[in-house]
Amino acid sequence: MALLKCTDLTLGYENIVLTEHLDFEVNAGEYWCITGENGTGKSTFMKTILGLRKPLAGTISYGDGLEKNKIGYLPQQTQLQKDFPASVTEVVISGFQGKTGLRPFYTKEEKAGALKNMERLGIEDLSKRCYRELSGGQQQRVLLARALCATGKILLLDEPVTGLDPKATEELYELIKKLNREDKITIIMITHDVEAPRKYATHVMNFGEKITKEEISSGRYMV
Amino acid sequence: MADTWSKFIEYLQIPFVRYALIVGVLIALCASLLGVTLVLKRFSFIGDGLSHVAFGAISVATVIGLSNDTLFTMGVTVLCAILILGGSRYTKIKGDASVAMISVSALAMGYLLMNVFPTSGNVSGDVCSTLFGSALILTLSKEDVILCIAVSVVVVLLFLFFYNKLFAVTFDGDFARATGTKADIYNLIIAAIIAVIVVLAMNLVGSLLISALVVFPAMSAMRVFKSFRSVTICSAVISVLCALTGMVIAIVAGTPVGSTIVVTDIAVFVIFSIAGKITGRTV
Repeated sequence: MALLKCTDLTLGYENIVLTEHLDFEVNAGEYWCITGENGTGKSTFMKTILGLRKPLAGTISYGDGLEKNKIGYLPQQTQLQKDFPASVTEVVISGFQGKTGLRPFYTKEEKAGALKNMERLGIEDLSKRCYRELSGGQQQRVLLARALCATGKILLLDEPVTGLDPKATEELYELIKKLNREDKITIIMITHDVEAPRKYATHVMNFGEKITKEEISSGRYMV
Repeated sequence: MADTWSKFIEYLQIPFVRYALIVGVLIALCASLLGVTLVLKRFSFIGDGLSHVAFGAISVATVIGLSNDTLFTMGVTVLCAILILGGSRYTKIKGDASVAMISVSALAMGYLLMNVFPTSGNVSGDVCSTLFGSALILTLSKEDVILCIAVSVVVVLLFLFFYNKLFAVTFDGDFARATGTKADIYNLIIAAIIAVIVVLAMNLVGSLLISALVVFPAMSAMRVFKSFRSVTICSAVISVLCALTGMVIAIVAGTPVGSTIVVTDIAVFVIFSIAGKITGRTV
């Protein structure tokens, strides 16, 4: 059984259709890269999988022990987070929030889990530091550790290397690769990078291909 | 100095001075709790906005002759807060624009109503005391104090109970929603709490200065502290101490209570900013 199965999915806003007839399955351990121009529906697609937005048509089913709320997510950073006074530990442990239900505080196991995930990403010595004072690469690791608190199976990453320097980019990609290969965590990643899909992905999905083909055939682009 | 002190002790014998101190401290504590969340969500002016709504509601209550206007005012204000904060993800009019529109409408209509149907001979006096708090805090009845204590206890308990959830929802609403936290409900709770605080705080500093109670302690704490927990605790302490100091100065020196508290808050903000610069803790 597939982790994630999309059947005849149509994505878009109220009356703008971005993508139609999307049919595919994601299986455990795969590494998907989603590429495509801005505005072709990549982020919408991700938000639909996460249940933040309803598809215009079609269904998404979760299987293989995956529940809708157990998906780890690395969103694009917001301005708000750059001002937020929060320690690294506070951010990481908030990944467990979805599992606490009405319980107001975190359990010992959750605190230990947060620490373990920080060690996994090599940020345990940053645990007392202030999130907003970290470098871009460190911040992404913190958010990755938080995502790991929410999931053990699948990570969705929305342009994780945006704004990182080449070295930090490389390190983050290696880290994601390690999570994929060693911990068997399924990866679905949106990226603008040309290298990454070729280097790491087992599957590549290119959004807006139809448009590109038409543009090519209309002669506006030389191939 | 000894003279001032004995004067203060003498004032403390008067019940309404004691009431004022209790109410002032509680309101300052409650107002500071949500400060960080509101500042970061770019809703610093929600306090102002809602207090204008409350002003409108009070006018309506006065004109139609409601006996218990606090409950009516709270109801209306909570409703508007939910409209502004809870709806901001779905409506086309966002953030500061919706705050501005709702608050100005309420202010204008409230003032208009009070002028068209005056219930006392001194309309501008009534308006002035609602806007600046003036002597209102010193005319609290025992019932007012009990209501304030009850509401404050509820607010503080709610805050403690939802503390981790508020953090998750404020820091990253999308992530919280995606991993199964009911972010919308918590946003509604934030809205309701802040509305209740605003209605309470109008007695203390009046509707024009409420934002100071919400924003200044949080901003001061953020100059020096780095984690959400330390900022929250620090802003609560700052807020309570400023309110106490402000009220004591106001009582002894005979200055307006609301403005004195706000000036104390400003002074502390300046001190904390400098402290943050010196210790190099501000970014």
